[in-house]
Amino acid sequence: MLSTRNIYYRIGKKLILKGINADFLPGKFNMILGPNGSGKSSFLKIFSGDLNRYDGNISYAGTPLEQISKEKLACYRAVMSQLPELSFPLLVEEVVMMGRYPHFHFQPNKKDHEVCHAVMERMNLLDFRTRNYLTLSGGEKQRVQFARVLAQIWEKPADGFRYLFLDEPLTSLDINYQQEFLQIASSFCDAHTVIIAVIHDINLAIQYADQLFFMKAGELVAQGSPDTLINENLISKVFDVSTSIMRNPLTGKPLVLFANS
Amino acid sequence: MLRQNKYFFPALGVLLIVVLIAGIAFGAVPISVADMYNALLHLFQGKPAGNIYEGVFIQLRLPRVLLCAITGSILAVSGVLMQGLFRNPIVEPGLVGTSSGAALGASIVFVMAPAFSPAMKSFTGPWLLPLAAFCGALLASFIVYSLAKNARRVSVLSLLLIGIAINAVCLSGTGFMSYIARDPQARSITFWNLGTFSGASWQQVFIVGAIAVIGFIISFRYSKQLNALLLGEEEALYLGVDPDRLKKRIMLLNTAMVAVATAFVGVIAFMGLIVPHVLRLLIGSDNKRLLPAAMLLGAALLTLADMCARLLLAPAELPIGIITSIVGAPVFIILLKRFDLMQNKGGEHA
Repeated sequence: MLSTRNIYYRIGKKLILKGINADFLPGKFNMILGPNGSGKSSFLKIFSGDLNRYDGNISYAGTPLEQISKEKLACYRAVMSQLPELSFPLLVEEVVMMGRYPHFHFQPNKKDHEVCHAVMERMNLLDFRTRNYLTLSGGEKQRVQFARVLAQIWEKPADGFRYLFLDEPLTSLDINYQQEFLQIASSFCDAHTVIIAVIHDINLAIQYADQLFFMKAGELVAQGSPDTLINENLISKVFDVSTSIMRNPLTGKPLVLFANS
Repeated sequence: MLRQNKYFFPALGVLLIVVLIAGIAFGAVPISVADMYNALLHLFQGKPAGNIYEGVFIQLRLPRVLLCAITGSILAVSGVLMQGLFRNPIVEPGLVGTSSGAALGASIVFVMAPAFSPAMKSFTGPWLLPLAAFCGALLASFIVYSLAKNARRVSVLSLLLIGIAINAVCLSGTGFMSYIARDPQARSITFWNLGTFSGASWQQVFIVGAIAVIGFIISFRYSKQLNALLLGEEEALYLGVDPDRLKKRIMLLNTAMVAVATAFVGVIAFMGLIVPHVLRLLIGSDNKRLLPAAMLLGAALLTLADMCARLLLAPAELPIGIITSIVGAPVFIILLKRFDLMQNKGGEHA
């Protein structure tokens, strides 16, 4: 379980996060939604351990974040951020192997190779393994990066949890891969895994999330399961748009429709 | 692509050995392989050199070729390290002030130290010159980086431009030192600014070799972290690498290696650009293979360049920097054009 208590964060004089308390439970697909500038990406960077000039407390399964070394944390916490660019040619399999870096000292062992193979198989990347990463399309690059992130935490830890954080992971994917991506992510969802995603598409979030967190202007304004939480009032308040909600006939879940406000 | 080829490293090794032997054999005095063999035999038996050829081999040619090979490896490895740190293929020690700063530091001490304090020279002994070069290189690189840095990022364009400015300052500084120098070797401005191996001695080989061995071992140990940095600082952090600490250590190590080599042979430009560029085309950018490959190919290419410098206008000798620049400048322009293209495409950033 990941807990944050009274997280305040400022850039210059501007207060970006205003005291966020949240508990992210294992076995649930947690998703954070909110308009641009609501602080969701900053929040994710803070509990991932990237930004450290914040006030408040973060704990991973009870252990304060600042007491966990970066090297150790990297063995069970992986972060998929908005598409990283490489400036040099590398093979797809070399990029995926980078996900295993926290687990070996200098040379990857048999286990690391097996994990990479399994991840690439799962992500349908086996045909790409000897392709130059720089020659791939945006969507293919994103799949490779996701494979790298999954390789990092592929095995369940012997004790404690593994953590998977996704920061707007769907940007260059087409509809088919968006669905597949979220399906793979939710297949990781079990009692040993804490998954948190920052996502823009509210209907995709409703389709896959178990727990939604809405942020606005640096505050956590609502949280709950999609079925109980979603209503016109909340969505209009958070996003400043007119909405209407109906049932999605295919999934039975709420479907949010938008109109000009 | 050769990147999966298991014969690549043996082939590089053979190339290096062939080039080293050729580098020893050809010159003002040709030396046969038999002379080399006999000379080494006599050396290990503790006997004096059998003939003039063996003497030339042991006292002149061998240290020269070795110093050249070690310097070549240092410059090539340094190019790979700096390109990894800045995530950009167009930085190398000659372009960002490291080499010219080292040359300025070394030339100041070379020219001034005997005049002011003969005791100082004997106090630090053979390490005085490399030490001064290190200080100069560190200062020059530090100025370039801190000026080129805005917010958390280093802009490569301003890095190159400020590098030009600092290089100009350092080069005119060394020019001034050469002008007031009494020592005939230091009087020649080409010695510092275009590089030469004509003064190579065994003492220099040992000093530069010692730094190179230490530097290579440490940088090979960091190859995994350097790879992670290719993804960006944030991603590296998520993979358990502290990017700030890594950058500081690699910069320091790199400056030390380049400075010590430059102290004895002057500024040799573009080696750190040519070798990594060729290797990236052949074996890709995994630093685990790139660093050792750069070490071997850098040694072979600079030895070859030095051979050309000795033979092209024989019996006169060209400064080696002229050879490396003729080959290196076009590579630099190609890389720069490609980088420009990448930036104008909009999506990519370096």
